[in-house]
Amino acid sequence: MVKTASSEKHKGKAKAATAKPAAYGEDIDLGAYVSSSEEQPYQADPSKLPARAKKRMLEAGIILDDPGQRAGTFIQMDNAPVHSSVRQEGVEVMAVSQALEKYDWLSDYWWQAVAVDTDKYTANIELNKHNGYFIRALPGYKTIYPVQTCLYLAKARLAQNVHNIIIAEENSELHIITGCTTASNEEAGLHLGVSEFYIKKGAKITFTMIHSWNPEVAVRPRTGVIIEEDGLFLSNYVLTKPVRSLQMYPTAKCVGKNAIVRFNSILVAAQGSSLDVGSRTILDAEGAKTEIISRAITTGGSIVARGYIEGNAPDVKGHLECRGLILTGEGTIHAIPELKGTLAGIDLSHEAAVGKIAEEEVEYLMARGLTRNEATATIVRGFLRVDIEGLPPLLSAELQRAIEASEEDLM
Amino acid sequence: MDDVALSIEQLTVEVEGREILHNVNLKMSFGETHVLFGPNGSGKTTLLMAIMGFPKYRVTKGKIIFKGQDITKLPLDERARLGIGMSFQRPPVVRGVKTRDMVAACLKGQGDEDSISQLAEKTNLADFLDREINYGFSGGELKRSELMQLLAQKPALTLIDEPESGVDLVNIALIGELINSLLEKDCPILERKCMGLIITHTGHILDYVNARTGYVMCDGVIGCEGDPHEILATIREKGYEECIKCFMRRAPGG
Repeated sequence: MVKTASSEKHKGKAKAATAKPAAYGEDIDLGAYVSSSEEQPYQADPSKLPARAKKRMLEAGIILDDPGQRAGTFIQMDNAPVHSSVRQEGVEVMAVSQALEKYDWLSDYWWQAVAVDTDKYTANIELNKHNGYFIRALPGYKTIYPVQTCLYLAKARLAQNVHNIIIAEENSELHIITGCTTASNEEAGLHLGVSEFYIKKGAKITFTMIHSWNPEVAVRPRTGVIIEEDGLFLSNYVLTKPVRSLQMYPTAKCVGKNAIVRFNSILVAAQGSSLDVGSRTILDAEGAKTEIISRAITTGGSIVARGYIEGNAPDVKGHLECRGLILTGEGTIHAIPELKGTLAGIDLSHEAAVGKIAEEEVEYLMARGLTRNEATATIVRGFLRVDIEGLPPLLSAELQRAIEASEEDLM
Repeated sequence: MDDVALSIEQLTVEVEGREILHNVNLKMSFGETHVLFGPNGSGKTTLLMAIMGFPKYRVTKGKIIFKGQDITKLPLDERARLGIGMSFQRPPVVRGVKTRDMVAACLKGQGDEDSISQLAEKTNLADFLDREINYGFSGGELKRSELMQLLAQKPALTLIDEPESGVDLVNIALIGELINSLLEKDCPILERKCMGLIITHTGHILDYVNARTGYVMCDGVIGCEGDPHEILATIREKGYEECIKCFMRRAPGG
């Protein structure tokens, strides 16, 4: 009964927000997209998925042929889950619809890290057919390999609605790699995704997200993270392929003492791509720390790179670093770093820089015998190199490979 | 046999529309080391940058012949591949590019991880290989890193801009040793192939590296040429003012 009441409350709020535009980014006409309730056949062995789908997924970091280095797998096509499996004890991976049936308490987490009436996109997810993944690490369990999840947009002009819940129980450790991609290289589509992360006392989540869309797709992820005492959230976001319009501003809230958040983003905007991407941390508990790093490259597209840190508790510390590189004459990068402090004894700082490749650096490398192209490639590779503390070596290597693959497109 | 390997003839160079070097002449044979003295702003660095081929340093007259080839119009990177290398006075930081990557680039595939480690050992930079190039390096570390890259690059002609600037006494001995190694000072004179052109403002480097010829640059011209130790002794005794006076006396109409 309580569950229904709570659900009705969410629906009511969502209905009131169906016309509410997002705070940032181009307003997407939801009427231009179709919804789908089509079921997809469940695939017990994901290596049997069509070769083309597997290839697209692989480009987004999802390995289906040899999942030996994965703790679990979840695949959703359009709005229907097609596979979920777990290979490691202490980890649960399933469709969120299934988890809601299994666990009564899950409704306590539903729309708690992200508000259902954030904007018309969150409202649309609540009010229409949706699904997503539920991943949970049980108390004290530490996964070695990452759980992989893929959100795959197959049907043309579809609005994909996703609602994910991720919970790391006390003193657990969970690594997730998620790849989002489309079947088609040119069909329009819309991806709407809510992800709510709950990191309990002493727990750790690393979340690596690789987006590989197409030049006609619009994307509106909405992410909220709540971190308790001594918890750690480490997010790596990589977008190097074209997309029409992408706007997101994940928000992490440190509610427990000494909680730590790190956001790393690597953004590449080709001509025609419009990105508005930020990371936000609210430091609400004593000793909480955050570091937000973004690297943005435009080869003709437009990027708004935002960052926001708010310090509301004693001895919190935060640093924001935003660097942008304009490789061709056409693109724009707008870096907007923001800091807000509400009491004494906090330590927040930022640095931002936008420019082209320094000729002095190119010539320095050329004086060592590199051609102009080789020198430029070396500098771009260096620019995109972010040494990520706390990421397992396997994931770090995979992330580096994903970034290196993008360099070929850049040059 | 004419073994002149570098010949600079009537070289006139302008930087951002202003003529800095006027009719500079210089000849160097294989195995030789020459030093350039001169007060600040006299054009020493401009000469090195012009030989290396930096586009900002525009040759308006004269030519540079290297190993029999006129390289006056050759781009910077082609000159580097022909065998000219440079140790910069103030090399730029290149964020994200590691010292190891630079050494590897200089080796051009002519060496592996072991050769990189050996070079780092030799230059006392083992802990710097995984650091971003030049980022937060001290004066001595910068010079040693430049020389490590050149030892990997093995140029026939090495241009060294003020190897002693910002370097303490402990470092200068090692830097001298590295330059000697780069210029094959351990080889019998007749077997040396590598040449060096070193800018020195103070002359300290001459306590460690032998040079055959010295020049004093004044106001964009080579004022005099001679034994480097003799020149240095004069500069130490009388300062560059005396060089300038002497030069003015000899200048046409002076």
